[in-house]
Amino acid sequence: MPVRRLSHLLKHALVYAGLAVFLSPFLIVILNSLKKTQHFIENPVAWPDPARFSNYVDAFEKMNYLRGFANTLLITVLSVLAIILFSSMTGYLFVRFDWKVNKVLFFVMLAAMTVPFQVIMIPLVMIYGNLGLLDSKAILIFMYMGFGVPLGVFTFHGFIKGISYELEESSFIDGSSRIRTFFQIVFPLLRPVVVTLVVLDVLWVWNDYLLPSLVLLSPANRTLPLSTYAFFSTYSVDYGPLMAGLIMTIIPILVLYVILQDHVIKGISEGALK
Amino acid sequence: MRKNHQALKNTGLFVLFAGPTLLAFTVVFLIPFVVGLYLTFTKWDVITNDGSFVGFVNYVEVFRDKTFLTQMWFTIRYVFFTVIISNLLAFFIALALTSGMRGERWLRTGYFTPNLIGGIVLGYLWQMLFSRVFPYLGQKYGWELFATSWLTSTDKAFWALVIATSWQLAGYLMIIYIAGFSGVPRDVVEAAKIDGAGHFEVLRSIVLRLSIPAVVVCIFLSLSRSFLTYDLNLSLTKGGPYNSTELATYHIVQKAFLSNQYGTGQAEAIVLFVIVAAVALTQSYLLKKLEVES
Repeated sequence: MPVRRLSHLLKHALVYAGLAVFLSPFLIVILNSLKKTQHFIENPVAWPDPARFSNYVDAFEKMNYLRGFANTLLITVLSVLAIILFSSMTGYLFVRFDWKVNKVLFFVMLAAMTVPFQVIMIPLVMIYGNLGLLDSKAILIFMYMGFGVPLGVFTFHGFIKGISYELEESSFIDGSSRIRTFFQIVFPLLRPVVVTLVVLDVLWVWNDYLLPSLVLLSPANRTLPLSTYAFFSTYSVDYGPLMAGLIMTIIPILVLYVILQDHVIKGISEGALK
Repeated sequence: MRKNHQALKNTGLFVLFAGPTLLAFTVVFLIPFVVGLYLTFTKWDVITNDGSFVGFVNYVEVFRDKTFLTQMWFTIRYVFFTVIISNLLAFFIALALTSGMRGERWLRTGYFTPNLIGGIVLGYLWQMLFSRVFPYLGQKYGWELFATSWLTSTDKAFWALVIATSWQLAGYLMIIYIAGFSGVPRDVVEAAKIDGAGHFEVLRSIVLRLSIPAVVVCIFLSLSRSFLTYDLNLSLTKGGPYNSTELATYHIVQKAFLSNQYGTGQAEAIVLFVIVAAVALTQSYLLKKLEVES
């Protein structure tokens, strides 16, 4: 069947060519991050000859990369931990206790998930600004927790509903407390949803710009997206270091992706189809 | 006595398991949400930090604000093309990647990569391409379309926004379409082929119909994400040239935090929210009707 074989070949060619086009923006930026700015302007598609790594050193210092990286890491790790811990406990409570207050709260959280951040940001800045609580990493982490728990509670609620109560019951008979039973028996079973939530929340918090740009005012608190923005606004024509800065901003999350790629893909598809 | 004891125990349990969650949710979301609604009915003075009640004046203002209306229309066009392009791309990539090709897993990983970066990095990446790389190629090979930077003309900057967003979104939606297609039973497809159904016929009446839930999710996601775009707008075009490419959120941020018009800004945010919700609900209602009733 030559027609079949031809269409088969054509499909492969298309998919691989498509991927090459898809990834080419990254490649072009990597290529030019190794060039002198002048060489980039003369010919942005030429091979870097010789490859200059000094752009990276330059960008590392000018955008204060280490500080931005440390801030982003701290904020992301603590926010995601808080979301996972507290929303799993609340999701558990809402499933196992059929109280009226739980039902109402669950409904309010579901409704909250439809409200975009744009509707909250102005009063948020107003209130926290008046209280003098802006420009603090701790407050930002607390805010991420507040915005992240509705999805967390919803996701854990859906999963815990499917776990049978018998396991817990035998643990109570053995005299174990509610909280102990939750952490020893229930929480380990939540692994698949924890992975999903970690993926969604890490991608969100690590890359977020609008919320930190409103909350973190002083340069010392800047996260990577904020330092990238500041770097580009200040050195707008020094293309070599700028592109090195972009690549350095991408690298940490790319490394994580390479290690956890299957979890990431699984997390995205399960997070969306729930 | 016993009843009291139980009530006390339950309260303790509630505080322990839901306390921190509710505290954060209330203080970060609920209170600002309510204050925000109140804010739209006041004329807020940033200097005295006080507001006088003005009724619906802010909402009337929203529909009198010519710039906002123009930018809302610009946003709607941007959303329209972004949703169509990103979904078509994602749909066909997903179709190819579920047809039993070698290296599917690897290809999937590759197509998803643009989603690792945030809007700010995304915008700067494409800014380099549109303002430097494409014009270079355009001039060198005589491609008229690319000879000047796309970011200096309103129409082309519009397409620059659409392209950059679709580039990122397509990989994300692809993952969801792949999951949706895997729910389409193979034997149904095989049976249809044996019955003489053509390639296109199978695609239209079986695959597409059975994966309607995935289509609904994808259109919903791409709609809400593109309606709310901000970071990319800031880094790719910065609203330019001459404020002609400001999307709705960009306008709201400027209105609130640069012009200090909190009341009107908040009213515009709520109008934006209502539009997104209305469009998203309508599409999922209409598409769900297409679902196979079996």
